[in-house]
Amino acid sequence: MSAITRDEVAHLARLSRLALTDDELDHYATQLDAIIESVAKVAEVAAEDVPPSSHALPLTNVFRADEVRPSLTPEQALSGAPAVEDDRFRVPRILGEEA
Amino acid sequence: MSLIRKSAAELGALIAAGEASAVEVAEAHLDRMAEVEPKVNAFLHVDREVTLAQARAVDERLRAGERLGPLAGVPIAHKDIFTTADMPTTAASKILEGWRPPYDATVTRRLREAGLVILGKTNLDEFAMGSSTENSAYGPTRNPWDLTRVPGGSSGGSSAAVAAYEAPLSMGTDTGGSIRQPAALTGIVGMKPTYGGSSRYGLIAFASSLDTPGPFARDVLDAALLHETFSGHDPLDSTSIDAPVPSVVEAARQADVSGMRVGVVKEFGGDGYQPGVLARFNEAVALLESLGAKVVEVSCPSFATALPAYYLIAPSECSSNLARFDAMRYGLRVGDDGTRSAEEVMALTRAAGFGPEVKRRIMLGTYALSSGYYDAYYGQAQKVRTVISREFDAAFHQVDVLVSPTTPTTAFPIGERADDPMAMYLADLCTIPSNLAGNAAISVPCGLADEDGLPVGLQVMAPVLGDDRCYRVGAAVEKALESRWGGPLLKEAAAL
Repeated sequence: MSAITRDEVAHLARLSRLALTDDELDHYATQLDAIIESVAKVAEVAAEDVPPSSHALPLTNVFRADEVRPSLTPEQALSGAPAVEDDRFRVPRILGEEA
Repeated sequence: MSLIRKSAAELGALIAAGEASAVEVAEAHLDRMAEVEPKVNAFLHVDREVTLAQARAVDERLRAGERLGPLAGVPIAHKDIFTTADMPTTAASKILEGWRPPYDATVTRRLREAGLVILGKTNLDEFAMGSSTENSAYGPTRNPWDLTRVPGGSSGGSSAAVAAYEAPLSMGTDTGGSIRQPAALTGIVGMKPTYGGSSRYGLIAFASSLDTPGPFARDVLDAALLHETFSGHDPLDSTSIDAPVPSVVEAARQADVSGMRVGVVKEFGGDGYQPGVLARFNEAVALLESLGAKVVEVSCPSFATALPAYYLIAPSECSSNLARFDAMRYGLRVGDDGTRSAEEVMALTRAAGFGPEVKRRIMLGTYALSSGYYDAYYGQAQKVRTVISREFDAAFHQVDVLVSPTTPTTAFPIGERADDPMAMYLADLCTIPSNLAGNAAISVPCGLADEDGLPVGLQVMAPVLGDDRCYRVGAAVEKALESRWGGPLLKEAAAL
């Protein structure tokens, strides 16, 4: 039995905002199946009572002073934008037609 | 000896003494790049005028009596994943083609402050995801030892540039071995500092709990000099360690292992390891013993599970980090014809802009984090991470450093593993545990494999903030081997 189906890969692609072709979905379904089967080996480590580590170092809540400091100008911040209008990022419509 | 064959320390001394200018040194390296780049393809971006302007500015600072560090005027190749305000930054991805960042990374800024001269931006696996530099959207880099083979990855442009004498120093990043593995495959020195010892600010994020900037050089002392230059606390990176940088230059100069306890990791060897790699590794261990180290075998049974844990943790973090490439604020935008929604444009842009390995990892991470699978995959991988850290802690109670081969094999042919992700992932088998635990680890050359005449790396792992021990052991091995070989290993490489 495969670890992941083609339909599940199509769902992952949608969640990941990747517009994949049918051929790509077939290809990735095969590869992801092999990868997931292999990484499932993590289950072999007995770790019920072990706390998870999200990080290698025990750092918590690093704060800085709340001070005004120089930052990017609008020109700098917009310098790589695909489209700009009135000192703002111009984006495609984000709401449906009926909204 | 020509300028390009000199070490960074030697070049820095020549420039400080006024016997060579930063401009002359930069020109010698730019000329070398023009000569060998058609074969090696280590660089994604070179701008002779931008580089020479930097060199002229350093010469002026020195003439004005400004006190700069030991690397003032020394050229460096910079991995194209650190932002640079005067050069494009692409992470070897089409999604960032031609992007000019509005700011310098902290590492970039510190290199400039110390007077290093940036020769250009080096090739990498797209967003540092890969072990061969074949995942670059701009074509593979070739190994200077054998142009049909990979230079390792993801920092393969940086390793190849140094091995090909295009630069005496380069910067890399190591998330699962991306400095140590390419260093091993190209016969040079590469160091992954303790996580948090070097700043991630301005480093395009792949897996934020693992990403670590570090140095490449042709010898251990040069790597240490560079390490001290860019390291140390950075308030702009909240995971940066607020502690003094370990005395790595002093340790590299001491090069003394007498009385040190060295542990050989039992789990790294046997099936899947190339005989020539194991032969050179075993000789290096015997050498350490002859230099006065006490060698014992150490068992870290869960290290075998580090690879699967890594390939859940790193893709999970990547799927989140790469969500920023949304076609809205910078980078590529595809399909914005006035009729499509932002979401459709986003999906079209990401499909067009990301390469296959990046797509695989984003989807794998999305899977590992999705409800119903989270506990079995990401959650369990995080627990394995704790177990691996505990095994390191236990080992470092018995020994001062751990050693292993850096990689199971020497450099493999271009194309051999390109469409077989699991085979590619095995290249990082020995390097990944130190990323999960955050400890320091270095790779130094320890000879050539008999089967193929290609370089083999010795990995030396030390505890968190024990970076100096990596340099101490690495320098001792280097000194003893170079006296045996009659010079550095790189002299065995064929001329390009």
